[in-house]
Amino acid sequence: MTIYLDHAATTPVDPGVLAAMLPYLQAEHGNPSSAHRAGRAARAAVEHAREQVATALGVAPLDVVFTSGGTESDNAAIKGIAWAARAAGRGNHLVTTAIEHHAVLETAEWLAEQQGFELTVVPVTTDGIVEVDRLLDAVRDDTVLVSVMAANNEIGTLQPLDVIGPALARRQVPLHTDAVQAFGRTHLDITGWSLGAVSLSAHKINGPKGVGVWVQARDLPVQSLLHGGGQERGIRSGTFNAAGIVGCGAAVELAAQTMTTEVPRLRWLRDRLLSGLLAVDGIGLNGHAERRLPHNANVAVDRCNGEALLFALDMAGVAVSAGSACQSGATAASHVLAGIDAPADKAHVRMTCGRSTTQADIDTAVEVFGDCVKRLRDAGGGYL
Amino acid sequence: MKVLVAMSGGVDSSMAAALLVEQGHDVTGVHLKMADTPSGLPGKGCCTLDDARDARRVADRLDIAFAVWDFSAVFAERVVDDFVSEYQSGRTPNPCVRCNERVKYAALLDRARAVGFGALATGHHVRLRRDADGTAHLWRAADPDKDQTYVLYMADQRQLAATLWPVGEHHKSSLRAMAAERGLLTAAKPDSHDICFIPDGDLAGFLRPRLGQRAGTFIGPDGQTLGSHEGAYRFTVGQRRGLGLSGRRQPLYVTAIDGQQVHVGGREQLRSSRLLATGMSWIAGHPPASGGVTAQVRYRGRPLPCEIDLNGEVADVQFSNDEPEGVAPGQAVVFYEGQECLGGGTITRSWSQTSAASA
Repeated sequence: MTIYLDHAATTPVDPGVLAAMLPYLQAEHGNPSSAHRAGRAARAAVEHAREQVATALGVAPLDVVFTSGGTESDNAAIKGIAWAARAAGRGNHLVTTAIEHHAVLETAEWLAEQQGFELTVVPVTTDGIVEVDRLLDAVRDDTVLVSVMAANNEIGTLQPLDVIGPALARRQVPLHTDAVQAFGRTHLDITGWSLGAVSLSAHKINGPKGVGVWVQARDLPVQSLLHGGGQERGIRSGTFNAAGIVGCGAAVELAAQTMTTEVPRLRWLRDRLLSGLLAVDGIGLNGHAERRLPHNANVAVDRCNGEALLFALDMAGVAVSAGSACQSGATAASHVLAGIDAPADKAHVRMTCGRSTTQADIDTAVEVFGDCVKRLRDAGGGYL
Repeated sequence: MKVLVAMSGGVDSSMAAALLVEQGHDVTGVHLKMADTPSGLPGKGCCTLDDARDARRVADRLDIAFAVWDFSAVFAERVVDDFVSEYQSGRTPNPCVRCNERVKYAALLDRARAVGFGALATGHHVRLRRDADGTAHLWRAADPDKDQTYVLYMADQRQLAATLWPVGEHHKSSLRAMAAERGLLTAAKPDSHDICFIPDGDLAGFLRPRLGQRAGTFIGPDGQTLGSHEGAYRFTVGQRRGLGLSGRRQPLYVTAIDGQQVHVGGREQLRSSRLLATGMSWIAGHPPASGGVTAQVRYRGRPLPCEIDLNGEVADVQFSNDEPEGVAPGQAVVFYEGQECLGGGTITRSWSQTSAASA
């Protein structure tokens, strides 16, 4: 049996979410853009989902755009806002941080390398948190967009958007936030923090894969990435993914409604996990101890190779992760760990709890982890 | 037993995994990423994304666990860098020997044991025989055309105790048929022949940007200068084509490489009656006691009767009647007794009857 501690990678679809989706894969097959009765039924479901998301996020329903997921939302927001601002003559400069998700970082780098934008990538502290002054110092008169994630996907660190957002708003610089990991696990105040654009993904919160949310304030000009039939205010064409959108709405609502009980439970499980892991000799925490997502543990293990430890844990039935996967399936070096100066000769393991995680899972995982580390160290650490 | 199978994405390692599953082992596949091929362009040879995918799909078909491990840094450092510097030194390296010695049966085997596997298997065409006391013997493959003992002569008893080579028991054609019967998508995949990290086979094109222009001369059989060339690394002992020395009465072969001087001569000068080798490794743990030993000096060479005189780390190998052609320093000399591989070493120099010491 596998103990799944990789909920930052993806989560199982909640049964209630699946039940909500099924009619739109079967009987209610209409195209939500069609004018007839079948279309209207599907459209009603899409708009209901939009309201569920809007309510959970505290934004207007028309600010909510459905996409194919977090990566599309990041691309659409960053490219779209950058292009529109440049076309309006507002400037040419982008700011982001060194520990953003690839969907943000690669997009910003592409704009710099291929589209003539200037890019400033602001480093973070060894705790994995961006320094507000440093970020604001990087903003110039010609800065058209700043993108800062709400919480990091690898080390779980929370970024000070409550300070950054209002400060940027005073300077009238729009802020995009990748909140894929943060939503449902920590407080997110889109309006209060003046977030102009936000990315979410359904599958990180017990929804289906292949659907996400792009919150795009209507007063923030944007160009379209996908041209076509003009769905979603004309900024995201493509036939509505009715079942996926319904699942996304249900998952967002579920996450928002259960946060008050689920967040303390996840934090308790994570703390139990972490105290078990840190009791092993030569294991330390990556990222800030308090300012991090409640479900995230990321540890540095001395005298072990990461690839070998991950494999040993997999063989022992504990699913965890490190870094991100490259095309061939090997684990690629992590820019996040490099960004916090984590030593490359240690194993870095991310373990993330979720809705289905139990205390027994945690206790078994701690035991298996300790055994694997001991066996690997006894055999030299699994280095090549 | 828990067995880790190195799966390249070819038919041999696919069948190694299949046979071990059928023998009742608890099998896990691992694909070694030996190079960065980020473009994902289709390619031949080894280590492309196609190969990684083929290996993964065979593992899926066999319903075994599968992982990809990144060996690219280790491979570059221990095999590719060595390959380039050997050519730079005028030798002809065998990267498959180095890979087995320094990557597969070193780093990979150690990693496999560290993460809890009892044995490592690959798709090499060799056979293992074990005595009652556990002593392992390395035998040529059942399919003589595919035999790979030449690139595994350096295996020692510690390594062999933890190694399985199931495909060496079968002919290649029957392995393909068996793979097809089992529905493995690699059944008809072409064999790889080239050096895996030079998939287009253009050795000079690979070495040129790494070694640059290193002008030198061709020296004829009588010591006369016959012409100039742009780098001795572009030539291999035994090479006839591409020398740019046309209009001679008899065809000329590279007989030796000495710094930037490339010695050429007639075919008879390719023969060597004696060679020296270092880095000797014996599968039994000690050199053979009796005579009746043959030596093979290239991957697809013929084994020839020889006498071995060991002086410490150096083997002095004498051929009596039948002399090998094109003995290239840097290649392996591998010793056999009948079908059994005894061990070998790396050739450092050779002598022909008709000329003075070469290289």
